[in-house]
Amino acid sequence: MRPLKIVVLAKQVPDTRHVGPDAMKEDGTVNRGKLQTVFNPDDLHALELALNIKDRIPGTQVTVLTMGPKRAADIIREGYYRGADYGVMISDRRFGGADTLATSYTLVKGIQRLGHFDLILGGRQAIDGDTAQVGPQCADKLKIPQITYVDQVVDIKDDKIIARRRLEKGVETVSSPMPCLMTVHGSSPACRSRHAKRVMKYKYARTNTELNSSTTDEMLLTLHKKRPYLTIPEWSVEDIEADLDKIGLTGSPTKVKSVESIVLTAKESKILSGNDEEIEMMIKELIEKHTIG
Amino acid sequence: MMKNVFVYCEVENQKVAEISQELLSAGKKLAVKLGCELEAMIFGKDLNNISDQVSPYGVDRIFIADDERLEPYQTLPHASLAEHILREQDPQIVLFGATSVGRDLAPRIASVLNCGLTADCTILDIGDHFDKKEKKDYKDLLYAMRPAFGGSIMANIINWDMHPQMATVREGVMKKEIIDPKYKAEIIKVNVDDIVNEEDFVVKIIERHIEQSGVNLKEAPIIVAGGYGVGSKENFQHLQDLADLLGGEVGGSRAAVDAGYIDHDRQIGQTGTTVRPKLYIAAGISGAIQHRAGMQEASMIISINNDPEAPINKIADYVIHGDLGEVVPKMIKYYKKNAK
Repeated sequence: MRPLKIVVLAKQVPDTRHVGPDAMKEDGTVNRGKLQTVFNPDDLHALELALNIKDRIPGTQVTVLTMGPKRAADIIREGYYRGADYGVMISDRRFGGADTLATSYTLVKGIQRLGHFDLILGGRQAIDGDTAQVGPQCADKLKIPQITYVDQVVDIKDDKIIARRRLEKGVETVSSPMPCLMTVHGSSPACRSRHAKRVMKYKYARTNTELNSSTTDEMLLTLHKKRPYLTIPEWSVEDIEADLDKIGLTGSPTKVKSVESIVLTAKESKILSGNDEEIEMMIKELIEKHTIG
Repeated sequence: MMKNVFVYCEVENQKVAEISQELLSAGKKLAVKLGCELEAMIFGKDLNNISDQVSPYGVDRIFIADDERLEPYQTLPHASLAEHILREQDPQIVLFGATSVGRDLAPRIASVLNCGLTADCTILDIGDHFDKKEKKDYKDLLYAMRPAFGGSIMANIINWDMHPQMATVREGVMKKEIIDPKYKAEIIKVNVDDIVNEEDFVVKIIERHIEQSGVNLKEAPIIVAGGYGVGSKENFQHLQDLADLLGGEVGGSRAAVDAGYIDHDRQIGQTGTTVRPKLYIAAGISGAIQHRAGMQEASMIISINNDPEAPINKIADYVIHGDLGEVVPKMIKYYKKNAK
C-alpha cells in the first residue's frame, strides 16, 4: 500500500472538569482565556490511529491541523512530541465564536490549502461543545464518505480503508474508498506518550506570533532561521481564502440565547454508618413507602 | 406552503426505534404550539405496515423509502434521501435521535442544507427572541436547550436566520405519548432510484455483530448501579443479587464500563442511558455531573460510598458510609427478613 497523507483535526479545549462562573462571556460564548487547556481527548485517540497507520505504512505523513486562539500552538507542539510530521494552526480573531458549521467551513478551507490527502481523522467529539458534529460536516463539505465511531483500522489496501465501528449494541466493519473522513471513538487505543527525541527536536517549535512576543530571546530567533521546520504555520482568514460571511459568529446559524449554571441543590440526606441496625431501619422505611417490596 | 415539524425515524427489522417514537411525541408538542403539521421520514426495507407504528403519535404525513439497500443504515444513501425530502418540504424544524445513526446523519444534513443543528438537547420549546444588534424580533423559534461544558451549564441555543432549525435528542429524555391509535397519516412512497445514485453506495458493510435483545434500563422501576468503586467484574455480582431480589436491573457508571466491569449497554449517564426509576441505588459511584445527568430524576436515591465527599451524596436521600461489599449483603439480608 502506498504511503498515505493523513490530516488529523485536533482541538485545544478548556478542561471542562473545572468550570467557574467567570468562564462565560456575556454573549454566551466561552472565555477560553480563563481556563486550563488540554488536547481534546478524542482527538488524541485520532492522532494515535494516524500514527498507527504510519507505523504500518512507512512513508505516511501525519499533519495536525487546528483552529483556535494563539495558545492552541501548544497542541501542535504536543502533536510533534507524539509523532506527527507537520502541524498547522488556523488562527485569527475573526474565527472566534464559531459554531460547528462555521468551524467545519474554516477547517475545510485549511484542508484545501494543505492539498491532497487520503484520510482526515478527528476525535468523535470535543469535551467543551460535546456535539460530535464537526467531523461529519467537514466530510460533507469535502464531499467524501465518512465513517464515525471508529475504534480500529482493520486494514488498508487497494486504496480502501477497512474500519471497525463501535455502535451502541455491537460492532460493524465497513470498507470505504479513500479519500474519506473518520471520527474516532474514545474506546480506541490511547495515544502513545511523548517520544524523548521528538521533544528534544521540537521543544522550540513556535508560531510567528510567539516569536514576535517581547519575551522571545535572540537565540530562539536564530534557531528558527537555522531550522525553519520549527516555525509553526499560522493561517489567517486571507491565508485560507475564507469568506467573512461564513466564519466566526457571523457564519454561525446557532447562537446561544442564554446560559445558566447548573447548581446542585443539596437534598436533606439521611447519613447512615453502614451498621446492621441502620440498614435494617432503612429497608423497613423503604418497604413502608412501597418503594421496594 | 406551511412549514412543518419533521422527524427522521430510525428503523431496523421493521421496528421503529424507541428514540424515534419519543421524538415524534416531542415533535407533536412543538407542532401543536406552532399550529403546524408533524411529518416523518423513514428509510429501510419491508416497510409495508410501518405507518401503524408511527401514526398514533399524531403524524400527519410520512415519507417512506423502502429498499433493501437502505438497511442497515449508511450515511450516503440516507443523506441523499433526507436532503431531497427536506429541500422539497422545507420544514421549520427537523429532529433526529442522538444515536450513532442520528449523530452521523444530522450534521451531514445540516452542512448540506447550510443550517443550524444543536446536539443532545434535553428540552425543546418554542419561544421568541429579540436580537439587540439587528433590533429585530423573531417569533416562534425553537429553543434547543442542552447541557454543555461537561454538564456544568445549561444553554438555550437558537437559530433565527438559517433554517431549518435542527436538533438531536438522546433516548430516554423525551416521553413518548400516543395521541390517537387511529390517527390517519398521509403516506408518500419515495422513489429511491430517482434520488440515490451509485456513489451513495461506495461504503460497504462487511460485517455486523449487533445484539438484538438489549437491556431495557429505561423501563426498570429499580436500578442498582455500580461505579469504579465496585472494583471488579466479579464484585458486580453482589449488585446483581440485590437487583434480582428487588425486581430491578443492574447499571453502571462510565468509569465502571471503561474499566470493563460491566457492558456499555448498561451504562447510565450523559453518554449512556437516562433513567427515571423510583429507586436508584448507587454503589461505589462518585457521581460526576455526566453521571448525575442520567439519573438525577430518580424518585429516591441511595448512595453507598466510602468517600463522604462523593458528589452523588448531595442528591441522595440515604447516604451510607460503608464498604459496598458489606453493605449490599446486609441490605439483601434485611430485605429478605422484612419483606412481606
